[in-house]
Amino acid sequence: MVTQARIRPAELGLVEKLGQLNWALVVAVGLLGSIGYLVLYSAGGGSHEPWAWRHGIRLAFGLCVMMAVALFDIRFWFRWAYVVYAVAFVMLLGVEVAGALNKGAQRWIDLGLFQLQPSEVMKVGLVLCLARYFHSAYLDEVKRLFFLAVPLAAIALPAVLVLKQPDLGTSLMLIACGAALLFLAGVRLWKFALAIGAVTAALPIAWASLHDYQRQRVLTFLDPETDPLGAGYHIIQSKIALGSGGIWGKGFLQGSQAQLSFLPEKQTDFAFTMLAEETGFVGAVVVLLLCLSVIALCLVVALRCNHQFGRLLAMGIAVNFFLYVMINVAMVTGLIPVVGVPLPMISYGGTAMLTTLFGFGLVLSIDVHYTTNIPRFPTDL
Amino acid sequence: MQHHAADRSKSFTRRALLVGAAQTALFGLLAGRLWQLQVDQSPRYALLAEENRVNQRLTVPPRGRIFDRTGVVLAKNTPSYRVRIVRENTRDLAATLASLARLIPLDEQQIAGILQTARTQRAFVPVLVREGLDWEEVAAVAVHSPHLPGVVLDSTLLRAYPHGEVLAHVLGYVGPANSDEQAADPDPLLRLPEFRVGKNGIEQSYDHLLRGRAGRRRIEVNAFGREIRELDVDDGEPGHDVRLSLDMELQQFCYERLSSELSASSVVIDVHTGAVLALASVPSFDPTAFLGRLSHQQWKEWRDSPRTPLVNKCIRGQYPPGSTFKMIVALAALEAGLVTPGYDVFCGGHTSLGNARFHCWKSHGRLALYEAISQSCDVYFYDLARRVGVDGIAAMARRFGLGEPLGLDIPGEQPGLVPTSQWKRETLGEPWQRGETLVIGIGQGFMLATPLQLAVMTARMCNGGRAVTPWFVRDPNEPLPEVGPIGVAQVNLDHVLEGMHRVVNAQRGTAYRHRLALPDTQMGGKTGTSQVRRITRAERAAGLHKRKDRPWEHRHHALFVCYAPTAAPRYAISVIVEHGQSGSAAAAPIARDIMAKVLELDPSGRSLAASLR
Repeated sequence: MVTQARIRPAELGLVEKLGQLNWALVVAVGLLGSIGYLVLYSAGGGSHEPWAWRHGIRLAFGLCVMMAVALFDIRFWFRWAYVVYAVAFVMLLGVEVAGALNKGAQRWIDLGLFQLQPSEVMKVGLVLCLARYFHSAYLDEVKRLFFLAVPLAAIALPAVLVLKQPDLGTSLMLIACGAALLFLAGVRLWKFALAIGAVTAALPIAWASLHDYQRQRVLTFLDPETDPLGAGYHIIQSKIALGSGGIWGKGFLQGSQAQLSFLPEKQTDFAFTMLAEETGFVGAVVVLLLCLSVIALCLVVALRCNHQFGRLLAMGIAVNFFLYVMINVAMVTGLIPVVGVPLPMISYGGTAMLTTLFGFGLVLSIDVHYTTNIPRFPTDL
Repeated sequence: MQHHAADRSKSFTRRALLVGAAQTALFGLLAGRLWQLQVDQSPRYALLAEENRVNQRLTVPPRGRIFDRTGVVLAKNTPSYRVRIVRENTRDLAATLASLARLIPLDEQQIAGILQTARTQRAFVPVLVREGLDWEEVAAVAVHSPHLPGVVLDSTLLRAYPHGEVLAHVLGYVGPANSDEQAADPDPLLRLPEFRVGKNGIEQSYDHLLRGRAGRRRIEVNAFGREIRELDVDDGEPGHDVRLSLDMELQQFCYERLSSELSASSVVIDVHTGAVLALASVPSFDPTAFLGRLSHQQWKEWRDSPRTPLVNKCIRGQYPPGSTFKMIVALAALEAGLVTPGYDVFCGGHTSLGNARFHCWKSHGRLALYEAISQSCDVYFYDLARRVGVDGIAAMARRFGLGEPLGLDIPGEQPGLVPTSQWKRETLGEPWQRGETLVIGIGQGFMLATPLQLAVMTARMCNGGRAVTPWFVRDPNEPLPEVGPIGVAQVNLDHVLEGMHRVVNAQRGTAYRHRLALPDTQMGGKTGTSQVRRITRAERAAGLHKRKDRPWEHRHHALFVCYAPTAAPRYAISVIVEHGQSGSAAAAPIARDIMAKVLELDPSGRSLAASLR
């Protein structure tokens, strides 16, 4: 009976599934969201208004979504993988068309309750799509260049659409995430070297096609002091806030840079700066370690998973989360230009947290159903 | 197929671990960057954050007051009330201004201007509505303040000079610091727009004492400049009060007495201490005109007037001393042992040197030193000057403080001029002419002196030959500095003083008509009439140089120096009436009246109270 259950875990009841859940991951993600609540409480000047309580509600809702996703059979997500990608793609096209009609940048679809950013959905959609595609591929096939045409297109099309929005940060994240999945699927390293070489060669062309404000961001990044009151203000004030935080920080609600509004966007892109100002180097590193442990848990899930779909999906979600944290923290510490990427689970913003939690729901589902067998070319799911 | 799957799984595991390692390494990079910012460079950023957060505001301390020797206030601070409005505290800015306009005069244009300014400022910044409110307006606004939310009534201190023009030249005035003054003085007060720095006079020379030390408020501000809270306050120090040696009652008297003339000046000093008791220059100007906006027309009028109201003639007016210089010539001859008081000369109305003829103002006949002084015989002093020589006269003049600034503690003193043969060679490139020595003998020619120098000269003659210097302010807690001797024998000084005594008290003395009308007290003095321009031979022949209808600016300057009481000298006075025509007629009566007032008040008897400085 036990063996039977191991072999066919899909037959588990709801309660049993909950028992099989990777609670370590649930707790780590929940902790991050709770830290986000505290940061936004402080950003509101020690008040639940205007951000903290809405963040709390979204967190609770998102955690419910995550659990729900986790309880679905992994084969369900396998079946719907391409569909999710397609829906996200259509939505991306939709905002593109709407933007063209409104003669302005449009990045979201207004769903009334919240504004859905298709580019965020696409981050999960792309991982699902690539994971399913490579699930069916032999290692030999992966090594064939022609075989890569489809996944490359699957990455490039949404990346171009997002770049046109224009959202450089998300576009780069899609490309990086896609590249990581190609690598994990077994694409030869020399091909990456070739691609990087090609990109380097294409950089001047890309520079020419960048929007003025995007170029300005890169230029101010290279030397923020040239425009201390303009575009460089963000980076300078963020570095001052971080540096003045010191080892132990200025204390909760005591960050002068954030509390006195010298730090811009403290509830969104610069939430990490605010946290690091008030809790210091120690607090910042604790949060980074928490993020790293989430990534490590995902890696463990991927490694013990029986099927290629689950492995790639878990790693894809982990890489996505990693990229968020990496780009956001590198941005606020002045290592890369300000590209407008939030810190998931902590920054104020609905879609990013929901899609992140949706992704972790998938990872949990993979973990619950890690022994499930998915045929290469399933005909009956 | 199983084989393929295992290969794929192995490849994935390898690569997944590689990705995990890369992620860990990159997070390590982030941690390293955070270490760099938050630990290594933390002190630098902490300082920058503090600069962001803390705003230092300076407050202007009240300026010290100025008193005369008896405690009369000469300069003080009076509150000036102003109304300001804070937009964010009003329910409706325009409506509040409209109600305010019913209490204080505000026209449509002013209201429009205030609304405009308020729109461009942040809501918490007070906008000035009106300043310089009178008491009734202040009361009206104060009474209605509960119905005027956002209206702020407060006051600033303005400098006030109760005695106005009478002291304008002594006190100077205050005004906003200009860029030169800011560059020369690191005091942060000078950078404040509401601070006023001393310009001219006592206000300038004792500015550091009067201004005090700036108060500091350290305020926490947010990124928009709004004050969040006060961190700490340092009230600073109010300016020190300053007490002058001046006697206001005497000063007032001098000013009014001199005002009978178009342009005149007078200095009264204590001969033993050098304390300046009165220093008046007529006409003067209203110092409060410089506090507000001085109209260009007024400024031009003052600047271009031939009566020079803006110039303190006591220290900046340089005149040939004329016959008041004859005592110096006499002392030079006596000290050199060339003559005795009994030495006599025959005056036939003129003397000759080569082809040139040098005139006296009348034919005196034969006379000795005392009469030569009391009757102001020019021929006698031509003779003495020729015997002593210009350089001997110059050396004696310098002992009496002529030819250089005396170090009075207000700015602008002029040096006058005591010519020597060397001076003429160096500045004019010409040798000294013997005839010029004769002219110097009667205080004409290149000779120049200020009224202050003439008063000090007289003081040094009658105080026993001690080198007093003039001053307004002394630390009352410190004894007056010892005054050194000028190195002239008392017996020779006595001979000159005897001559001066006879000027006023002998029947043929040039100022006999203007002797003091006091029973026991007498004064000594000396008249002087100095030529503004050379009298031509034709003018002298026609007698034009004595006519009263010559243009004012061509007339002679009238001078008089005197001291009293002759028995125990205490006060010395110099009076110069520009273009007053005659020392005995114009300057002597003024000096006599002032001396009478000085003796009546006896200001040196009124002690400088030690409680004030």
